[in-house]
Amino acid sequence: MIQNKPLRLYVPEPSGRPGHETDFSYLHLSPAGEVRRPPVDASPADTSDLAYGLVRVLDDDGRAVGPWAPQMDPQLLRTGLRAMMKTRAYDARMVIAQRQKKISFYMQCLGEEAIATAHALALQPGDMCFPTYRQQGLLLAREDVSMVEMICQLMSNERDPLKGRQLPVMYSYKRAGFFTISGNLATQFIQAVGWGMASAIKGDTKIASAWIGDGATAEADFHTALTFAHVYRAPVILNVVNNQWAISTFQAIAGGEASTFAARGVGCGIASLRVDGNDFLAVYAASRWAAERARSNLGPTLIEWITYRAGAHSTSDDPSRYRPADDWQHFPLGDPVARLKQHLVDLGAWSEAEHEATKKELEAQVSAALKEAERYGSLADGHMATAVSMFDDVYKDMPAHLRRQRDELLGMKS
Amino acid sequence: MNAGDRAQLESKSGTSRMTMIQALRSAMDVMLQRDPNVVIYGQDVGYFGGVFRCTEGLQAKYGKSRVFDAPISEGGIVGSAIGMAAYGLRPVVEVQFADYFYPASDQIVSEAARMRHRSAGDFTAPITIRMPCGGGIYGGQTHSQSPEALFTHVCGIRTVMPSNPYDVKGLLIACIENDDPVIFLEPKRLYNGPFDGYPDKPMVAWSAHPLGEVPEGYYTVPLESASVFRRGQQLTVITYGTMVFVSEAAAREAGLDAEIIDLRSLWPMDLQTVIDSVKKTGRCIVVHEATRTSGFGAELTALVQEHCFYHLEAPIERVCGWDTPYPHAQEWAYFPGPGRVAAAMRRVMED
Repeated sequence: MIQNKPLRLYVPEPSGRPGHETDFSYLHLSPAGEVRRPPVDASPADTSDLAYGLVRVLDDDGRAVGPWAPQMDPQLLRTGLRAMMKTRAYDARMVIAQRQKKISFYMQCLGEEAIATAHALALQPGDMCFPTYRQQGLLLAREDVSMVEMICQLMSNERDPLKGRQLPVMYSYKRAGFFTISGNLATQFIQAVGWGMASAIKGDTKIASAWIGDGATAEADFHTALTFAHVYRAPVILNVVNNQWAISTFQAIAGGEASTFAARGVGCGIASLRVDGNDFLAVYAASRWAAERARSNLGPTLIEWITYRAGAHSTSDDPSRYRPADDWQHFPLGDPVARLKQHLVDLGAWSEAEHEATKKELEAQVSAALKEAERYGSLADGHMATAVSMFDDVYKDMPAHLRRQRDELLGMKS
Repeated sequence: MNAGDRAQLESKSGTSRMTMIQALRSAMDVMLQRDPNVVIYGQDVGYFGGVFRCTEGLQAKYGKSRVFDAPISEGGIVGSAIGMAAYGLRPVVEVQFADYFYPASDQIVSEAARMRHRSAGDFTAPITIRMPCGGGIYGGQTHSQSPEALFTHVCGIRTVMPSNPYDVKGLLIACIENDDPVIFLEPKRLYNGPFDGYPDKPMVAWSAHPLGEVPEGYYTVPLESASVFRRGQQLTVITYGTMVFVSEAAAREAGLDAEIIDLRSLWPMDLQTVIDSVKKTGRCIVVHEATRTSGFGAELTALVQEHCFYHLEAPIERVCGWDTPYPHAQEWAYFPGPGRVAAAMRRVMED
């Protein structure tokens, strides 16, 4: 009789923990310029190698190399760098504002700024993003969304367009192509596919862009979205932001160890790319490729963006408890702002002095916006939407039972 | 149908005898015709026309981009419908059996129901989710459930359960036109005829019932409006769905002049019709097929107690499914049939 050894449960672990360094070889990087660029009408199966490789444009010296290097006007690159710097300045100030108890909660996207800002430049007016809570760059890359109003949302004050109903950072901007953020993860992924299907049903030309983190890909809605996107060839870009961490949970726990998140797409019949998310040029080029596919009735594209969550998950989190404190300094894909800056300086389209001046200007802009938003009150001083306004918008027209409850609340106040 | 309903009749087009299935199909046909933003999809609803045939012929008439099959994924069906609604469509989706909605719970509760509120009206989710519900067809525990209480507990959605062909068409049209998300529960035992709870009696067809007379064109039955199904003086029965007809049979059996209220819209509901009736009769029973504990009947009982306490002559009685899974072989022991309802009616008449 065969004597079987006892079975053992395998639980993945990151290579680095507080006190010992991460071995980032698990990322399986490709050198910049090495990964091929297929035609936009490539079949999903023909993107298999791209789902395991890594599309990169900027090399270690800041040069744009290889088939994915986009032809971008230096002015557009300067716009992109400015959007990243604006996002970083905004985040830094809001984290401080939270510590000063001016806002109750905040989530920064430090280290991930290139993804949302470059992607925003690759979309067209009318397209709809279905973001998570770390894509504020989509809004900050635009000139038509007021930073003051965004901060009013963070402060839940009387000018909060969401009337104090949502946690800070859960913005909603239909006019800016930014779907209302849900605190329940992954739900927006299949909704984005439905939005794209609707655009196709109506013979429109708009596309949807869905966003999810590595951790939430484990939810059913992620897999459902892939199935529906494939079945109906929905005009949608399926973005997976792999920033390595879901609060304290390493991406291997979401299933990133023996495969890539991009490979899920290929397995579902979806063209898929794995891209350096800290490379502004690669993000722009891959986003353009996917958007062109979607807009040409060639169906969805899944893009896994490799990046690193440089900050805490939120202001309620302390990452030094579960990963090396200096992990980001060793992350091999570097800092997206520094990398694009180097590229532009080498092109002669940017300088150290311009960089410093822009940084100061943006910090002043954010400070001024915060100061103005503070004038409209905060949770702390009670300058916020009225208590009875919570009964509005539950239904389009207020039913009798809510009118009774509203009157009861009003009666208690008097 | 009451006078108010009749006033909703828009066209003078003819009427014909329809089953609930035909009336549902007619409602969707009318709305596909009237509103280019209406789309219909779900498992088996496209080419085949649905396992209960409710969408038969609609794909051939309106094309595959308006009526189509969906993967076996309730979360995907409802989630994609929310996205379509955000775009500006009015999706009408089918969950093949109400027992299968659970994978869509997050999309219904946290998304569709909350969209308008959380975005302060920036985005809305005007979707209609149709689901056949209830037992009486030997469906066993996964084809017989009545999960209405799981929806009535959720603020931001409407829950509707019609009991006859006239109401089902007018209410479905009203739901599709409504700007809130709606759960539209269809008691499948009533699809082909009224059912009084006696499984061994020959089936009655809708063609033999006045409520099977349905206008061919557009009309609506208003939401948040109950129907007094049977006028009576001695006691009030608050019910909906299949139990409307079971209660009618029970009243006949008990020899009592019961006023039977068919709620039609479960939540938000027409409380005034209930209050007026209970104040008149002073006696009340609540009847539903779903399990008893924390069922919608508990809410109805509490509402009657809150609003009619000093008019009550006897404790309110509840007749419900037992707190067990819906059994297959023992279906008729589970189903709250006319015998159980009649016994409750007699108890509530005691002084």
